[in-house]
Amino acid sequence: MPLISLLTALILAPFLRSIINKVKAFFAGKQGPPLLQPYYDLYKLSRKGAVYSSVTSWVFRAGPVVALGTSVTALILMPTARISSLFQFQGDLLLFAYILGLGRFFTIAAAMDTGSSFEGMGASREALYSALAEPGLLLGLGGLGLITRSISLSAMYGGINVDFVLSRGLLPAFLFILVAFFIILLAENSRIPVDDPTTHLELTMIHEVMILDHCGVDLAMIEYAGALKIWLMGLLITGLIVPVFTTSLRGSLALSIVSLFLMAMLIGIIESIMARLKLIRIPRLMAVAFIFAAFWVIWVAG
Amino acid sequence: MMDQVLIAIVLLISIYMLGSSRLGGLVNAVAWQGLFLCLLAASVQKTNMPWHEWVLILLAIVVKALILPLLLKRALRETLVQREVEPQLGYSLSLFIGLLLLVGSIWTVWKLPLPPEIGNPMAVAIALFTLMVGLLLIVARTKAITQTIGYLTMENGIYVLGLTLAVGSPVVIEMGILLDVFVGVLVMGIMIFNINREFDHINTRHFTALKD
Repeated sequence: MPLISLLTALILAPFLRSIINKVKAFFAGKQGPPLLQPYYDLYKLSRKGAVYSSVTSWVFRAGPVVALGTSVTALILMPTARISSLFQFQGDLLLFAYILGLGRFFTIAAAMDTGSSFEGMGASREALYSALAEPGLLLGLGGLGLITRSISLSAMYGGINVDFVLSRGLLPAFLFILVAFFIILLAENSRIPVDDPTTHLELTMIHEVMILDHCGVDLAMIEYAGALKIWLMGLLITGLIVPVFTTSLRGSLALSIVSLFLMAMLIGIIESIMARLKLIRIPRLMAVAFIFAAFWVIWVAG
Repeated sequence: MMDQVLIAIVLLISIYMLGSSRLGGLVNAVAWQGLFLCLLAASVQKTNMPWHEWVLILLAIVVKALILPLLLKRALRETLVQREVEPQLGYSLSLFIGLLLLVGSIWTVWKLPLPPEIGNPMAVAIALFTLMVGLLLIVARTKAITQTIGYLTMENGIYVLGLTLAVGSPVVIEMGILLDVFVGVLVMGIMIFNINREFDHINTRHFTALKD
């Protein structure tokens, strides 16, 4: 079962992007790209060769590989609701958080390696906002560890059940953590209101500017890693909701997929009705995510 | 269940008040806060409340969630101040201080020997937290109208603290407090208006430079 859920993630992850794009197109009154467009894009990119600038070093080439590698590794550590992860041990939540950090570090380093001041700008923003998002993520997972008395992701997410949420009055607290994780998801995946994935205006780009110099297979790897990351962060959120509705493993997988699709629709709606925030106001949004996560921990501990 | 949802809502409103930069939104927030805090006070009572306490809560809701915000809105409209809060402390910093205040209030309530009649000690902590948030708003914002809002927030906290802690306190006293607050905000509204007419702004930062 863990293997099946991992394969599902690897196959269906790019589909989340097409759902987001479809929803955005619907709001704009357009038809939008076909649902399989992300797959076509990946196929097209993977057939192309890559061009490397003569000033770049191995770091630039390692960036996309490490990004994809860390995303897959993190996916191996992440349980799908009740289905435990392929690989687990006590304390793997820290490995999970920092493996994502490693991938980000290499993306940033690859961007800096090009020597373009433009990419350095994006790299510095990415470093700032992801650093601000991290405390909220760890605090949120820590709170979950407090109620389930475990520090392994599989045990934590497997330990959530209905009684727990209703009898101990944790329902409002769960709302806090859901909102906190959702803000973190939007920040980590460079979605509106933190970053606009469709923009190519140099003053406002964060993620897009860092990958400007990548092309061909490298770009395909980065895009695929990005799709996996949405799935991954989505599992953090849906894993809190799904166990309330089902106890079976098969049900968890099905409901997880459905709720991830719903979440992608929600992201699409947010991107359609909201503009991105001013850069200087993003730290305040991250502070709100942190405060929500802190409220959740206080609630759980108090 | 109900009281926990209410506590969550009150917490959200407090976050909004500390992080918001809009004066109009702040007035709305204090109105909602008054409403939900009164509901919270009603829902945590273990014993059946006598009818006069219900009347009191209803009266408080009308005054806090309707009349006072309307007064503040009028003051806001008439002074035509720039609709921004102008914080002394940044918004993120205010949020973090708010978090510390919450931890502090919960810790205080843990240490306090509470009477057993109180259903949910969290409600007392939230009342204390609201009081602190009001105080923080008074200290950390510069506009006269934000200070009035801070005062109102503080009063919200005190009122609910009284309602949850002092089970069966005399109605007359509570009514008197309500009247005091009402008159207080009324006077502050007029004062804000006059300050604005006299000095063309309601920024209290300039008061430090007054000379005669």
